[in-house]
Amino acid sequence: MIPVFIGATLLIYAMVFLIPGDPIQALAGDKPLSPAVADQLRERYHLDRPFIVQYLLYLKGIFTLDFGTSFSGQPVRDVLARAFPVTIRLAFMAIVIEAAFGIFFGVIAGLRKGKAFDATLLVLSLFIIAVPVFVIGFLAQFFLGVRWGIAPVTVGADASFSRLLVPAIVLGLVSFAYVLRLTRTSVAENKDADHVRTATAKGLSRRRVVVVHILRNSLIPVVTFLGADLGALMAGAIVTEGIFNINGVGGTIYQAVIRGEAPTVVSFVTVLVVVFLVANLLVDLLYAALDPRIRYA
Amino acid sequence: MKFHRVTALTAFALSGALVLSACSSTSDGGSGMVTANGSEPQNPLIPTNTNENGGGRIVDRLFAGLESYDARGNLQHEVAQSIETTDSKSFAIKIKPDWTFTDGTPVTAKSFVDAWNYGALSTNAQLQSSFFEPIVGYDEVAAGPPTAQTMSGLKIVDDTTFTVDLKQPTADFRLRLGFTPFYPLPEVAFLDMAAFGERPVGNGPYEFADGDAWQHNVKLDLVPNPDYRGNRSPNNGGLSFVFYSSLDTAYSDLQAGNLDVLDTVPESALSTFRSDLGDRALEAPTAQNAQIGIPGNLPHFAGPEGGLRRQALSRAIDRGQITQQIFQGLRTPARDFTASSLPGFNANLPGVRALEYDAGVAKSLWAQADALSPWSGRFEIAYNSDGGHQAWVDAAANSIRNTLGIDAVGAPYPTFKQIRTEITNRTIGSAFRSGWQGDYPSILEFLEPQFVTGAGSNDEDYSNPAFDDLVRGAEAATDEDESFALAGQAQEILLLDLPVLPLWDYITAAGHSEAVSDVQISWNGLPMYEAIKKS
Repeated sequence: MIPVFIGATLLIYAMVFLIPGDPIQALAGDKPLSPAVADQLRERYHLDRPFIVQYLLYLKGIFTLDFGTSFSGQPVRDVLARAFPVTIRLAFMAIVIEAAFGIFFGVIAGLRKGKAFDATLLVLSLFIIAVPVFVIGFLAQFFLGVRWGIAPVTVGADASFSRLLVPAIVLGLVSFAYVLRLTRTSVAENKDADHVRTATAKGLSRRRVVVVHILRNSLIPVVTFLGADLGALMAGAIVTEGIFNINGVGGTIYQAVIRGEAPTVVSFVTVLVVVFLVANLLVDLLYAALDPRIRYA
Repeated sequence: MKFHRVTALTAFALSGALVLSACSSTSDGGSGMVTANGSEPQNPLIPTNTNENGGGRIVDRLFAGLESYDARGNLQHEVAQSIETTDSKSFAIKIKPDWTFTDGTPVTAKSFVDAWNYGALSTNAQLQSSFFEPIVGYDEVAAGPPTAQTMSGLKIVDDTTFTVDLKQPTADFRLRLGFTPFYPLPEVAFLDMAAFGERPVGNGPYEFADGDAWQHNVKLDLVPNPDYRGNRSPNNGGLSFVFYSSLDTAYSDLQAGNLDVLDTVPESALSTFRSDLGDRALEAPTAQNAQIGIPGNLPHFAGPEGGLRRQALSRAIDRGQITQQIFQGLRTPARDFTASSLPGFNANLPGVRALEYDAGVAKSLWAQADALSPWSGRFEIAYNSDGGHQAWVDAAANSIRNTLGIDAVGAPYPTFKQIRTEITNRTIGSAFRSGWQGDYPSILEFLEPQFVTGAGSNDEDYSNPAFDDLVRGAEAATDEDESFALAGQAQEILLLDLPVLPLWDYITAAGHSEAVSDVQISWNGLPMYEAIKKS
């Protein structure tokens, strides 16, 4: 864990440091900044020190839970505390929706492989994957929000579960399509397996055969995908967050990169790395629960 | 079948949740509160440290300065009772005696002088410190490290009177006195400036709402200040600035009625906003322009050859066509180096033909320049890709290419930060997108910082002593008309030299919802917030 942490932070810090352009100049915009003031600001944000000194100062701060200060005077700790809960809520909802519906429809499609239902779902999922997420997002916002008024247009201040519903659906749509296809293929493959034939021959109910015997084995690729998807959703929700005005991680990192604020970018990315590691750990543990053939000694 | 029942159940639950969430979708922000768009202030809300309009629009509501500007940019006394000068060099300022800050302390001459000294002192690292440059004693205070803590040109006479001495006659200084860095600060600010920046105490038309008024990155609520006694009394019950990261989202909210006032219609909606909003669409010229800067040291662009090439390029850009096609008429072709909405603007200066499209004259001027020294290579216009400039830069380059037959292209830089750094370090090596936004409504404010020899924003390193003399004369003029006339003569020189190629002046496209009325866009592109009425 520690080497990953140090490696990730050092790498990201170096990358932000190497972005061309002077952040202090950018703060002043088109207007002149007196050299004395510019020097003062550089000193305040340690931008006049060599790279490795800046990095070590940042690491020292982390041990006292001081993640640095952004250029606007906000402690990064506060920025983190505000942005992460919203994005976690959004990503969590997206995962739950995409998992529930993806697995549900994937099972039906897999069981009826080759029939009309299956073909329809395949075409639909292909369509969803092909259309860019911002197109779907804007269309959803316009029709559901502006035209028909059945969903809030933007999220803004009140990031409650009900208001995050449409953004979560939009965010999870592409992953829903993948989960659907993965489940479908897995189920179609597993339904002809030996243990399933045995279970049916033994007289178990159809319901039990599908849920306990077929689904459990088919879920392994799906769960792997969902674990990777959680990290991708959290970091990559920037487009959806912009469309629905959600104050989450994506938009904050984007602004910080544009301004060249290394402490903010590194702090956010570090937390994302940790989230990613934890998610994958959970996925690994789930394998043992799902497939009895996998055991951890 | 079982599956169908489950599907139906889920569909029902989902639609139920949607309906429930839609019920809470209209955010009013409180009775009579006008919701307007904004962006998260980039710095704490200290007047001398606020240099972008996300924070600026909020600071301008919280404070009142010596003067205020009306919608057209004309000055009116606000806190000042009288500002007297005989030579535009020494000012005697008397303020009205009964103004207070929202914490009850009185607004005195010391409130102003202490605030201005704080802003100028280099160790405070205030971004707007250079606006105090004309005051005697600024250089000592702004040096790094400072050799004085206060400017000697500011003297407090008594509680309601102070004097300002400038280094040289600067008629423009009077026009600055309504601008953000010149607001007064209460004593409590100097005890803990960082905390003050989070929750300022001011003397303006609005104050922070109770409780958690500023939710970072989300919104900021203001309520009317009952102790305010100036020109801008609020007609509404408060302002709720909602911070949007994308203007497209803000426009969607405007259409749905969740947002009351939007001061910038996004580019994607420019062709439809007039029909979408009908008579709720607003258009007003603002004090902002766009230019193409050509560095003085660029090969082929110095001396007589350079003069001919600049004239040719300026006549090769079809400004009328670009403003109509790309901007849907929301820009007006430039007629000078300032902006059409400013007092004293003259659209017919001698030499203004240089800014009109004329293919024949352009070609012949370019040929004359080639006779002096043949042209080689390509003409590049650098711009930052994150600012939405690609369309017009490409159009301008195409216009040049089609008229003069040379290779002209746009050269994108990924971020504003990058291109700004290269311009400041003089390493840009090509022409570049440039422009000016007026901080206060003054022609000289457009000309001085950009074109006077050695000035702070003179990115092209342009130098012409005759121009400098005329600008100095305009500053020393005691009569406004004389000042405008001298500024016009100075611009005639610019129209011959063309250090930059003026392109167009901005027209703000804005809109409001049905719930509000009396929305007027002022000279700086922002609405007159205090005048907005909410039914």
